[in-house]
Amino acid sequence: MNVIEIKNLTKIYNSSEVQVKAVNGISIDFKEGEFTAVVGPSGSGKTTFLNMLGGLDRPTSGDVIIGGVNIWQLSSRKLIDFRKNNIGFVFQSYNLIPVLTAGENVEFIMQLQGKPRKERDIRTKELLEAVGIGERIKARPSKLSGGQQQRVAVARALASKPEFILADEPTANLDSTSTTSLLELMSQMNKKYNTTFIFATHDQRVMDKARRIVTIEDGKILSDEYFDRD
Amino acid sequence: MQIFTEDYHENKTINNTFIYTDSLKQIIDNEPTITQYTSRLEYFSLASSENLTKGSVIIGIDPEGENKVTELKKWVSEGNYLNKDDDGLLVAIDLANYLNVGVGDSIVLYGQGFHGVMAAGIYPVRGILKFPSPELNKQFIYMPLKSCQRLFSADNRLTSIVLMIEDNYQLSRAMRHMKGKIKSPFMVRSWEELQPELVQMIDGDKAGGLFMKTLLYIIITFGILGTILMMVSERKRELGVMIAIGMQRFTLSKILLAETFFIGLIGAVSGLIVSFPLVYYYHLNPYPLTGDAAKTMIDMGIEPFMYFSIQPDIFYVQAFVVLIITMAIAIYPVIKSFTLKLTTALRG
Ligand SMILES: Nc1ncnc2c1ncn2[C@@H]1O[C@H](COP(=O)(O)OP(=O)(O)OP(=O)(O)O)[C@@H](O)[C@H]1O
Ligand SMILES: [Mg+2]
Repeated sequence: MNVIEIKNLTKIYNSSEVQVKAVNGISIDFKEGEFTAVVGPSGSGKTTFLNMLGGLDRPTSGDVIIGGVNIWQLSSRKLIDFRKNNIGFVFQSYNLIPVLTAGENVEFIMQLQGKPRKERDIRTKELLEAVGIGERIKARPSKLSGGQQQRVAVARALASKPEFILADEPTANLDSTSTTSLLELMSQMNKKYNTTFIFATHDQRVMDKARRIVTIEDGKILSDEYFDRD
Repeated sequence: MQIFTEDYHENKTINNTFIYTDSLKQIIDNEPTITQYTSRLEYFSLASSENLTKGSVIIGIDPEGENKVTELKKWVSEGNYLNKDDDGLLVAIDLANYLNVGVGDSIVLYGQGFHGVMAAGIYPVRGILKFPSPELNKQFIYMPLKSCQRLFSADNRLTSIVLMIEDNYQLSRAMRHMKGKIKSPFMVRSWEELQPELVQMIDGDKAGGLFMKTLLYIIITFGILGTILMMVSERKRELGVMIAIGMQRFTLSKILLAETFFIGLIGAVSGLIVSFPLVYYYHLNPYPLTGDAAKTMIDMGIEPFMYFSIQPDIFYVQAFVVLIITMAIAIYPVIKSFTLKLTTALRG
């Protein structure tokens, strides 16, 4: 089943005389449970592509249809609600709310969804334990290592039970041990909850784990390959 | 305010004094805004001790009445205050030091009396006056009215009657009443008319105060604005993340509004906590004034001090103004939460 259908997606930046076609007519589908890496050289359009896919950056043209909903035709209020209920985000770095503890960061999105307290507590504990930092539930982000922060971010992205999780360079600021274990974690989560993961990455170790690799160059798809892992 | 003759107003000599008549007394007694009054005979004379002489201002007073109007008694630093039938003097401290006299010593007063009659007498010093203003301490000698009239051969004559009204806000009403009743050759003048410089000074002071206040408000505004701008720009990324993961911009704007409100509230309250003890200290220990202003104030029975009010509404109003400024500035984070661009916020 297709979770995401993308049709002829284009983003053009008009910065001082030069027109930059950051994403240039991409059409692609993602299926439920996929574990996909979007790769390509710097400036190839990975971030722009993911942002349009995640409802953060409006395309110049083209459609993003998620679970049958053409997201860029929603009002901005509806789009925010759509993101809240359907998309999980892991950003490159520092994407936890600094004044909240690890637990509160995970709980925050469920609060936005209006989940009852009891359910929130149980799920927060379960997720933080699943990502391996159950004992740091009361720590603030500044007291956690980069790898631990990204684990909390993954837990937060999973908390809303989204259709899929978008991660833009989630390992870019991590050392190799943390990278390996974060990847291991995401792969586990992908299997455990059957959540679709889409990464943008430069990182060879991430590519080695991916079961599908989409290569972009100059805003266009260069290749789209599937791999069997395990 | 004061009552004196028109001639005295033109030329302040002992020859332009007047006799206190019953009709004058009646006018004063019938005016309800006047709470206290006292009579004075004021003139110049030389004051000598054994071998030193100095020109000084002699003021004949009704000791009891004077104290009611100007609270003269509280400036007595040594010796005693005068009583009605006393034949002694109160001498201002610097003058006493200059003449090298103390309580119990005698002073010779020597000058011209009513209609050119020679005026001279020897008087014991009963007390030393120490005013808060150096100018006043250099020239004044007080003596009971009776003995002063005798000195200047001016029996029953006065230079002025000093009237006191309870509340300065009633001054213009009282002046209207009195001006209607006091007829030539007498005249009545308020302290504002007698001391236009003082009025000007007060007005200037008020204008200066307003200017300072405006300046302070501007500084405060920029201070708060700076804080809020910093708060928003430092947290752009955090705010971007919140919107990205599903917080409505409207909800965010409410949160930021509440935060700004609390920042303003904390600022206003801590401002009060810091400023109150300072103001309270100066309320208990008023700041002394000097110069002509101080002299006029003493003349009028006002203590020459800068007073610090601890009236609560002054504090409330300031705190309230700060809050209002903060709330006006709070529009910025609200606008920002609606216009924040996610892609830039998340990259930053
Ligand atoms: N706000 C913008 N205004 C103008 N041009 C932009 C803007 N954002 C991105 N671009 C341009 O669009 C192109 C794609 O940028 P993008 O950030 O999507 O690349 P990327 O593949 O994510 O690169 P990296 O691997 O360095 O993160 C680049 O040429 C970039 O300069
Ligand atoms: Mg990028």
